[in-house]
Amino acid sequence: MSRYLLDKFLYTVDRDPELTERYRTDPAGTVGWWEAEMAGRLLNCTDAERTTWLSFTEDERRALREHDHVTLFEMGAHPFLTLTLFIAMFERDHGPLEYQRAYGRAMAHLSLPYPDIAT
Amino acid sequence: MAELVAVIASTHHPFYYRASTATGADRPPFADEWVAKIERFRQTLTAAEPDVLVMVGSDHFHQLWLDNMPQFLVGKAPFFDANWHNEEREFGLPRMTLRGEEELAAHILRDGLDRDFDLAFSNELRIDHSITCPIITLRPEADLPIVPVYTNIFAPPLPQPRRFVQLGKALREMVESWDSDKRVAVIGTGHLSLELGGPRQFGEHGPDPEFDRRAVEWIAGGDIGGCLAEVSLESLHSPGNATHGFMDFMLMMGVAGEGQKADHVDTLDLFHTMEAYFTWYPNGVPTGTGAPA
Repeated sequence: MSRYLLDKFLYTVDRDPELTERYRTDPAGTVGWWEAEMAGRLLNCTDAERTTWLSFTEDERRALREHDHVTLFEMGAHPFLTLTLFIAMFERDHGPLEYQRAYGRAMAHLSLPYPDIAT
Repeated sequence: MAELVAVIASTHHPFYYRASTATGADRPPFADEWVAKIERFRQTLTAAEPDVLVMVGSDHFHQLWLDNMPQFLVGKAPFFDANWHNEEREFGLPRMTLRGEEELAAHILRDGLDRDFDLAFSNELRIDHSITCPIITLRPEADLPIVPVYTNIFAPPLPQPRRFVQLGKALREMVESWDSDKRVAVIGTGHLSLELGGPRQFGEHGPDPEFDRRAVEWIAGGDIGGCLAEVSLESLHSPGNATHGFMDFMLMMGVAGEGQKADHVDTLDLFHTMEAYFTWYPNGVPTGTGAPA
């Protein structure tokens, strides 16, 4: 499992408005491109200094491709990162707090202890 | 030596700026009561007439990231730009630039290291809403120099609650040993019970009103011993998955001191969270209004 890489995806997509929109409209294409081009990019370094060993599992790819925030939560992706990015993508289609509440309701079957989010 | 003129602990609700500036149909029904409470809270800082603000908060995966994550970090720079794209996008927060107090930052770093706190530092730090929210609520002129202190309440493994209290106690000693005639306020923000990105988020109240009630009692009464006896890294999962932000309140209880009752206590039961505001005056309640002479 590559929880760190899930978080890195959510973090880098959230902070770039073009990537956020691209992930909203083309999740499968964005996940494939991101894993090939961005997963190994060490954020505080030049492109020549790439990380060589990071990749998603197939289940992780699927959860990201399907915008499946419930599975991401169950995998231990950082809930703040997932929530912030998903609000950015989907709040626009809903009334005040409507999306946030639906997001919570979709996880109503989950109980403590929540999945570990340590990386 | 510098004088510690106020110790302030607060929640940092990022929706306050938008709620308090909204008009007409956009203004939420709770905005007027919220603004009135904030204005009373603001007066507790104004009356202390501070020259410098030490601001304790926590980066929310903005500049600090999992490839290089400090537990405690002090910002030492002449200026701090503030607020980030996703905070403008989600909360409507404005971009800001605050002055830094480098001399105090340098003193805290040296003195902190000598007191066995291995503080990280940053000379180019863009701060986020954990520090700008209390600037907006308590000092909207944003005219005083700051020293930001970031804690990790966000990316496990986290330091133990007792370490936050210890750092708070030491931070007070660091401020009071600064060779300066400046008046310093220490302001820290955190959370009571809070859930983000989980099934209990955005309810009618905070996710655990009973935890909130007890937390307010601990803070208002300066009951560090009672709080430490009940709170652990494990127990904080139960009130809500983002409740580890309560440890910044524990840090501020350390600054205020064991058994020190807060001089100002206020709360506001909002959707999603309980807001809570506390001020201590280590050297007595100021008699002036803080208005310019």
